[in-house]
Amino acid sequence: MQITPHLFQKRLKKPGPNGRYVMFRVGYALLGIGLFIFLWVAGGYLVFTRPGYEQFSGFLPVPTLEAFRGLLFEDQFWQSVWASIRRVIIGITIAFVLGLPLGLLIGFYEKLQLTTYTPVQFLRMISPLSWMPVALLVFHSFESAIYFLITMATVWPIILNTAHGVSQVNPHWVNMARNQGAKDYQLLMKIVVPASIPYILTSLRLALGVAWIVLVPAEFLGISSGLGYIINDARDTMEYDRLGAIIIAIGFIGFILDGSIEIIQRMFSWNVA
Amino acid sequence: MTIQMEKVCKRFPQPAGKELSVLEDVDLVIGEGEFVIILGESGCGKSTLLNLMAGLLPLSDGEIRVKGTRVARPHPSRAMLFQQPSLLPWLNVEENIVFGCKLRGEKENLAVRTAQLIEIMGLSGFEKVKPHELSLGMAQRVCLARAMIGHPQILLLDEPFASLDTITRSHLQEELIEFWMVEKFTAVFVTHDIDEAILMGTKVVLLGGRPRGILQAYEVNLNYPRDIASRGFFLLRSAIIKKLRESFDGRQEG
Ligand SMILES: Nc1ncnc2c1ncn2[C@@H]1O[C@H](COP(=O)(O)OP(=O)(O)O)[C@@H](O)[C@H]1O
Ligand SMILES: [Mg+2]
Repeated sequence: MQITPHLFQKRLKKPGPNGRYVMFRVGYALLGIGLFIFLWVAGGYLVFTRPGYEQFSGFLPVPTLEAFRGLLFEDQFWQSVWASIRRVIIGITIAFVLGLPLGLLIGFYEKLQLTTYTPVQFLRMISPLSWMPVALLVFHSFESAIYFLITMATVWPIILNTAHGVSQVNPHWVNMARNQGAKDYQLLMKIVVPASIPYILTSLRLALGVAWIVLVPAEFLGISSGLGYIINDARDTMEYDRLGAIIIAIGFIGFILDGSIEIIQRMFSWNVA
Repeated sequence: MTIQMEKVCKRFPQPAGKELSVLEDVDLVIGEGEFVIILGESGCGKSTLLNLMAGLLPLSDGEIRVKGTRVARPHPSRAMLFQQPSLLPWLNVEENIVFGCKLRGEKENLAVRTAQLIEIMGLSGFEKVKPHELSLGMAQRVCLARAMIGHPQILLLDEPFASLDTITRSHLQEELIEFWMVEKFTAVFVTHDIDEAILMGTKVVLLGGRPRGILQAYEVNLNYPRDIASRGFFLLRSAIIKKLRESFDGRQEG
């Protein structure tokens, strides 16, 4: 098997953040970034230097990076970033407030799980963007419609992962707590919720990924702020360097948001003895 | 607290609509302050019997009474110790020990009692340590402290030392007996280890046969600490082995 030596090395190198292992990881991370830039340069020159494509040369690394530096000094850009992040936060918060208790209850009561399984799986498979026309009919502002879309996109992973976390709770802990005289609500609050925190954080991380993906197309539709809006605007004005720079920015911000949840996840991942 | 079991039966539903009868007509009286061992091979229903006493499982038939009251649900006066330490990984040693008292709102003298138990169990210096950093033996000590902190009148132990190495196990056996002699609770201790049974119990109850029931009960009239090389120990050990063999042969013929 090809995979064994690699797994073996991982085992050896896992324990402790020793200097060598950190270097090893950073080295490969840099290699990945280098490869990414190389592919961008090579792909860019192959495609955008061909006759008929010169107008798109803004997508090449140098103009894009220059435009990116320009973005950093631009008020409209930062306002858009903030508008987008705010929408994601509000949408996920609503989804979390609805989805967390539902997920806990569904995981806790088997009958509720059996009842909700089909509708949840069904609703989960509907592309969040297909709710847009409905959202625009129901909500009078684009802003609320976007909150609705993000909530619709993220509530399912939150419900499903939380419920899964609850079902994974060690039955010994439950027996122990019952033996110690725990009532149902105490089982929920003192055992089930803390034991599910890693799964809840995973659900938030998934939700954030989905929300960030849904956000940009949602902002194409009628709204006049946010990263989706300025990217559309750059296309209409044919500023392709700016367009490329905004794409890079979207990737960066998503990467940072995801990374911050990953850090929180690490703080809550206990080793089960 | 005496525990009275009358015609206790337990059947588990099987997938094919059939039932698996695990315990049939178990009659047993456990007197206050006794240290009773339930001895039997793996799968003979020892854990099931203990869980019935704890109130974690419903009875199929018969009755279990503790001090005259029917057992229907778990109660903190009957504390339980499991084979695998069931510590909560997000709490440190001290927080794990007081977990049950906090649940029940028993705050009186809690700090003093916690400090006492930590001392007795040899956990000093480990108060703030998280469970995954403990050895199995230490973790089981924490579980024992957690079980004992609410002054339960009955302690139910389900092979608590089975996954420990021999040396740690013999330490813990001694410590548990010393602790029991001071605190004077009633103990029901499940094991499949004959030596452990005779080392610790005031009474050894053999569980087995088909259908599973009580084969025989032995009083152990030996002083603590017991000597595994003594004549009394040897005689009792031989008697138990003989009985187990008879029951095994009977089963093969039947
Ligand atoms: N919840 C359960 N459902 C079905 N069968 C069970 C259940 N618990 C135990 N059993 C069966 O009952 C028998 C006795 O189990 P147990 O009490 O755990 O034995 P012991 O503790 O003596 O090893 C075993 O055959 C086991 O498979
Ligand atoms: Mg067992």
